[in-house]
Amino acid sequence: MSADFRSQVESLRPYLLRYATLQLRNPETAEDTVQETLLAALAAEASFAGRSNLRTWLTGILKHKIVDAIRRQSREAPVPAAGEEMELAELEPLFAEDGHFKDPQPAWESPEDALGQKQFLAALEACLARLPARTGRVFLMREHMGLETGEICKELGITSTHCWVLLYRARMALRECLQTNWFAK
Amino acid sequence: MTASCKEVTQLVSQGLDRNLSLGERLKVRLHLFVCTHCANVSRQMAFLRRAVARLSADESERRG
Repeated sequence: MSADFRSQVESLRPYLLRYATLQLRNPETAEDTVQETLLAALAAEASFAGRSNLRTWLTGILKHKIVDAIRRQSREAPVPAAGEEMELAELEPLFAEDGHFKDPQPAWESPEDALGQKQFLAALEACLARLPARTGRVFLMREHMGLETGEICKELGITSTHCWVLLYRARMALRECLQTNWFAK
Repeated sequence: MTASCKEVTQLVSQGLDRNLSLGERLKVRLHLFVCTHCANVSRQMAFLRRAVARLSADESERRG
């Protein structure tokens, strides 16, 4: 193994750790998956040869390790009854009896500018942390790791419909959270 | 009559995760045309996707 390759891989450890922590929410599990990723990467130097982007390659390995960790966790903690999670009780106050919005849902002012601001990204992370555990996990598997819904369902042992409900709930909660904590300020 | 906001926001969300049927797309489009609330929510859901993508990009930038 070349020393150069090793140091390049090592230099990406902080990035990988942040990536894993955002998804797994547990620093120890995140640390473990990153460790496994680095070991796997160092052992597979030959298969990296010729690829252009080390970070992309490492992130790909890390994603597999994260999914493995999630699979282990969901085996240990059984899925709560679908019925419970499928009810969108917390969204009821938003809608009138006929299913239309009770209150105006205002547009956000220059959201694209917010994307460049560190404080906004911190606010987004705080909103993500407030999501119920499984809702947040499914949302991040979809939007952060870019997995397809089918894949997420398979790993978590839930139906597609269940998955879509959780994603809907996450999006509605996040937009409300950002509305309150950022855009309405 | 036009679909409810409740139904349309669910379809808009699902549209980010699966291909909607032609009927569903039509329903959403007709509703968004007349309902600014849902049109705003729809834009915000799409924005969330870009924002979370930035979170990963920003991770690397923060580390230089």
